[in-house]
Amino acid sequence: MNIFSLIGKYFIFIKQVFSRPTSFSVFYKSFLNEVFVLGVSSIGFVAFVSLFVGAVVTLQIAYNLENPLLPSYLIGLATRDSIILEFSPTMISLILAGKMGSNIASTIGTMRVTEQIDALEMMGINSASYLVLPKIVALVFFNPVLITFSMFLAILGGWFFGDISGLCSTTEFLDGVQYFFIPFNVFYAYIKTVFFALIIATLPAFYGYFTKGGALEVGQASTQGVVNSSILIIIFNYIITQLLLN
Amino acid sequence: MIEINKIVKKFGSNLVLDNVSAKFLAGKVNLIIGRSGSGKTVAIKSMLGLHNIDSGTIFFDERDFSSMSKKEQQNIRKEIGMVFQGGALFDSKTIEENLMVPLIMFSSMNKEEMRDRVNFCLNRVNLENVNCSFPADLSGGMQKRVAIARAIVLKPKYLFCDEPNSGLDPYTATVIDELLKEITYEYKITTVINTHDMNSVMQIGDHIIFIKEGQKKWEGSRDEIMNSKNKDLNKFIFSSEIFRRLKEVS
Repeated sequence: MNIFSLIGKYFIFIKQVFSRPTSFSVFYKSFLNEVFVLGVSSIGFVAFVSLFVGAVVTLQIAYNLENPLLPSYLIGLATRDSIILEFSPTMISLILAGKMGSNIASTIGTMRVTEQIDALEMMGINSASYLVLPKIVALVFFNPVLITFSMFLAILGGWFFGDISGLCSTTEFLDGVQYFFIPFNVFYAYIKTVFFALIIATLPAFYGYFTKGGALEVGQASTQGVVNSSILIIIFNYIITQLLLN
Repeated sequence: MIEINKIVKKFGSNLVLDNVSAKFLAGKVNLIIGRSGSGKTVAIKSMLGLHNIDSGTIFFDERDFSSMSKKEQQNIRKEIGMVFQGGALFDSKTIEENLMVPLIMFSSMNKEEMRDRVNFCLNRVNLENVNCSFPADLSGGMQKRVAIARAIVLKPKYLFCDEPNSGLDPYTATVIDELLKEITYEYKITTVINTHDMNSVMQIGDHIIFIKEGQKKWEGSRDEIMNSKNKDLNKFIFSSEIFRRLKEVS
């Protein structure tokens, strides 16, 4: 299948997904379930990664700002901007693409090869909408929550480890974090997050939904879903940054 | 009644169904028989719109299913129950939730009425105390019975079964066959079953269609099948020692 027919097939799939749910009560229940399965279950992992990467970012910035002419509060400022602009929205989204994407592709792929999707279709249910729409809505709503949590913990990690290692005092770090704060940067991070959430939810679902074969093909669909959604996140990260920050 | 006229289905250059025409009678157990790979499952899935046919027509009680939009086909499917070869039960849901899915989506029943209907259907397939079990907790035969219960939960007009007793021991296979026959007569459903099991043919087949390499080779009743002069059909039926001996005796 060439790239153009693949893109066409993807958009036809998306059109099918974004049709009106047959039952809103079922949709709402599925949405809450997906928030828990995909979102809430990622909190611990996101917290762990954010805390330590925040610490590493602070240590690296401190290591690179050894010049006595540069004020120490720059460590806090650079940590804040690195985390808000890039680490939390992009890197955490890439990590979530692996965790959530493989879950989505393998779940839907397994349903396809065991004829569960055919069974839904036979009941007169729009299977694409029934299975995928709750996942998309859940990620679009919950990923910004995860990213907010990540920003907070990464900065907290930076402050804590910067302080105990003696590279940057609490006062200096907090001064830097508050210095020349641009609220639009947070808005930009959320726009990226929502966009990436759409990619994380739809692309692995697409590969899972059109799986043919057995266990091997489900694994391949999962890999393709994760790899391609990661590539798209990287590409759209550049495009969105170019559009919003220039 | 379901009527298919000259349906053709290809996968790439591979012709799987070649001008197949047949009528599936209301209130009867209609069987599609043939060897593995003969096109039985593709025939059933094409009739249900799960595969798009290349040409031909499919009528469900004079309603042209093949020319309907996807949405119209979805409405017809609400009148159809389907038992898949592997059961196709939703493995993340309990047995009760599996049967509830079509009721929640398409019925106006309240929760209590739904639960009564679920219990009625499970009792009808001789299953009790499995409401809270998951499909993985049940045996293959029990999963097939749950699949039948799910297929009849919305009181369908048409019931399709893709090799319902494959992978089951002879006794359980007979139980499933009997159950499908009883349900067909009891609710006057148009039942279409794919099988290559000759025991099923002799036990429940009211109207039988034999397919070989995507072509319909024979059509008739259970009584006619043993005395057919069709070479392909005879080769298929009498490939088993038991049926060869049965023919000699009869």
